[in-house]
Amino acid sequence: MQRYDGVAEEETIMSERVGVYICHCGTNIAGMVDVAEVTRWAGELPDVAIARDYKFMCSSLGQDLIEKDIKELGLTRVVVAACSPHMHEKTFRGAAQRAGLNPFLVEMANIRELDAWATDDKGAATQKAKALINGAIQRVLLHEPLEMITVTINPNTLIVGGGIAGITAALELANAGYHVYLVEREPSIGGHMAQLDKTFPTLDCAACILTPRMVDVGQHPNITLLAYSEVEAVEGYVGNFTVTVRKKASYVNEELCTGCGICEEKCPKKVVDQVFEAGIGTRKAIYRPFPQAVPKYPVIDRENCIYFQKGKCKACQIFCPTNAIDFEQQDKIIQFEVGNIIVATGYDPFDATRIPHYGFGRLPNVITSVQFERMVNASGPTGGRIVMKDGNPPKSVGIIHCVGSRDENYNEYCSRVCCMYSLKFAHLVRERLPDAEVYNFYIDIRASGKRYEEFYHRVMMEGTNMIRGRVAEVTDVARTADEEGKLIIQVYDTLFGEQRRIPVDMVILSVGVQPRKDARQVAQLFGLGCDFAGFFTERHPKLDPLLTMVEGIYIAGACQGPMAIPETVAQGAGAAARVAGMIGRGTVVMEPIKAFIDPEKCSGCRICNNLCPYKAIVYHEDRKISEVISALCQGCGTCVAACPSAAITGAHFTHRQLMAQVEGILWDVRQAMEVSV
Amino acid sequence: MSATYEPVIVGFLCNWCSYRAADLAGTARLHYAPNMRPIRVMCSGRVEPDLVLKAFREGADGVLIAGCHPGECHYIEGNLKALRRYVLLKRLIRQLGIEPERLQLVWASASEGTVLAEAVNRMTEQLRALGPLRWRQTVLGGDGHPAAAAGAPKAEAVATPMTEEA
Repeated sequence: MQRYDGVAEEETIMSERVGVYICHCGTNIAGMVDVAEVTRWAGELPDVAIARDYKFMCSSLGQDLIEKDIKELGLTRVVVAACSPHMHEKTFRGAAQRAGLNPFLVEMANIRELDAWATDDKGAATQKAKALINGAIQRVLLHEPLEMITVTINPNTLIVGGGIAGITAALELANAGYHVYLVEREPSIGGHMAQLDKTFPTLDCAACILTPRMVDVGQHPNITLLAYSEVEAVEGYVGNFTVTVRKKASYVNEELCTGCGICEEKCPKKVVDQVFEAGIGTRKAIYRPFPQAVPKYPVIDRENCIYFQKGKCKACQIFCPTNAIDFEQQDKIIQFEVGNIIVATGYDPFDATRIPHYGFGRLPNVITSVQFERMVNASGPTGGRIVMKDGNPPKSVGIIHCVGSRDENYNEYCSRVCCMYSLKFAHLVRERLPDAEVYNFYIDIRASGKRYEEFYHRVMMEGTNMIRGRVAEVTDVARTADEEGKLIIQVYDTLFGEQRRIPVDMVILSVGVQPRKDARQVAQLFGLGCDFAGFFTERHPKLDPLLTMVEGIYIAGACQGPMAIPETVAQGAGAAARVAGMIGRGTVVMEPIKAFIDPEKCSGCRICNNLCPYKAIVYHEDRKISEVISALCQGCGTCVAACPSAAITGAHFTHRQLMAQVEGILWDVRQAMEVSV
Repeated sequence: MSATYEPVIVGFLCNWCSYRAADLAGTARLHYAPNMRPIRVMCSGRVEPDLVLKAFREGADGVLIAGCHPGECHYIEGNLKALRRYVLLKRLIRQLGIEPERLQLVWASASEGTVLAEAVNRMTEQLRALGPLRWRQTVLGGDGHPAAAAGAPKAEAVATPMTEEA
């Protein structure tokens, strides 16, 4: 192979000794790439001291092979052609380090995911493997030894979202002795679980198991609870995040308020509560979402407060025994430092109005599952009575599963909790109204959790009618006398193989789990990834389900995907354990992939200043040059690409290294071109 | 180049979304055109025009830049910087006599292996139709010397049948 002209040439020291290691990965690579040929070819390349192939380079024997060669053959650079660097770069860097070679003098060529697995053309796969390996060799020749950066971890943690995931994580960390800032958007923590009546399959009362934990959070000396607050900005990196939180004005002075509730009693303005009561109950303009709210302080809903809208009233202020109402209160901006962040922002229920043929919002006795939870809850708007709009109990209830789930028109995924809570509803209806007929309309029953299947059997034995089929329509247009005044559920029963019309008095739509409406904005705020639906993506779906792509930021609960309470709690505790592990270690090492501005070359044009998304580049007016603040730089390289004077170097992704990789990766076409010209 | 012309594409894949999309495509055994040769960069915003032109000059028939979807960039908005450069760069290569289709930008998130694989397939087909780039004649002029660039064949000449020997 000939050397090419260009940046790499004069400075490449011919004495570099590169070891090239080609992994078979069993037959994963060797089945498609002719590893023997590639090894032979690589061995003949200039600068290559040794080329070997081995069944599993990542095994301890494979690593030993590399370590031995580094020591015995005096290798100065290593190329490992195997799987994705996201899989084993750490492994091979570790091997190099053990043998005394700087880990950054190792480069991987990904000939598995990006080559062998992605084609069925052996010739092309082998040629591509050569190209990728040559690209890696040309690049590694220009690598510079780098040192990992050690950062200390701030022992405080931010938890976003005060549902059961956030509560669990907060208590775990606080009990371990670490300080937690728990930020909740609503006036109280508790999340969706606080709205529920009973929990499947054990039929525990949700409030009975949740509220003690909420109280613990409210009273814990290690937890700073910031309710009615939202995170506005996050800056920094693992171990050292600076968080800005906006604490919304509640118009109630928390230092004076005792939470007695007289203001709520006296407030003359009733408002339909669309959040906690899901639209079937009311609250006042000054309110706590529910009596056991934590914190106990009410908030004034400015949009509905008569004083704020009309300038008169002040009933709450007049009656408040501690003079805690403060109409002049402003939003407060709070800033603090944390080392790690757990995002546990939960989910939104599917909006049933999106399926007009199910009649929600149009037909009076069609309600959603969230509304039913409130209705059946003893502390809910009906005091736990199951009633129709006219106040009478229904004689028959239809429960429609998979509303907005497993449906390519809405959400393709299974929401995982609806089958079980629908069965729970069937049980609760029969418990409260023993004479009522209950029909469950399902596609499949997914009862795969602990004691779920047993619960399903129990509900069937109680006499619930199970009808298999996706409901086509809910209508009030009667065809027969029996159907008069009823809601008719039209369904193709896939077990009977026929169309059926079931008249009922009440229909419950079992709505699915969706990402929060603003999930994408939240993702952007924290730098997280979202999947197609909008759920946050974990680092690895199986082996790293709690960490995100951002070091130091974890996700827990239904913001990651539909899950039930036990899994949510497990995730909350798991995320806390991960964070506690980080705090316990005290420091973290980070890749030294940072930008650096050569002061000699910088012309002070300031183009890079505005490009940096982290404001990591400062301009020194006195010296008329820019400088990268290393601690803030995240290493994206945008400034490197933009600098017109080529004064910025991006460590490990330098201009020369990438140019050499381009040359290397195109070695064969370049050769062909030279021949043909 | 012979009658069995296979286009070569250099793909600049961002570390966080597109490289992982490519990893996923492989893991899911999605077979797609082996014509794209990937280079990992931390962010699509790192891809400077120099690198793209270098790839063309070294013999690539096309360059694919792949990054996170707008709004999903690991580095907040590096992909938007990439987009801005891409639009300008497309104009530039047109002026050099290179068909704009030879430079493409695709957004592929870490879960979109299929998106990336389809982009590579589509681009490979387009480049097959266009034929080899032949940078030396297109940009540098007939004898491969920059001085002759003024007399270089125009873009149409590039699309001559691929069987024709250079």
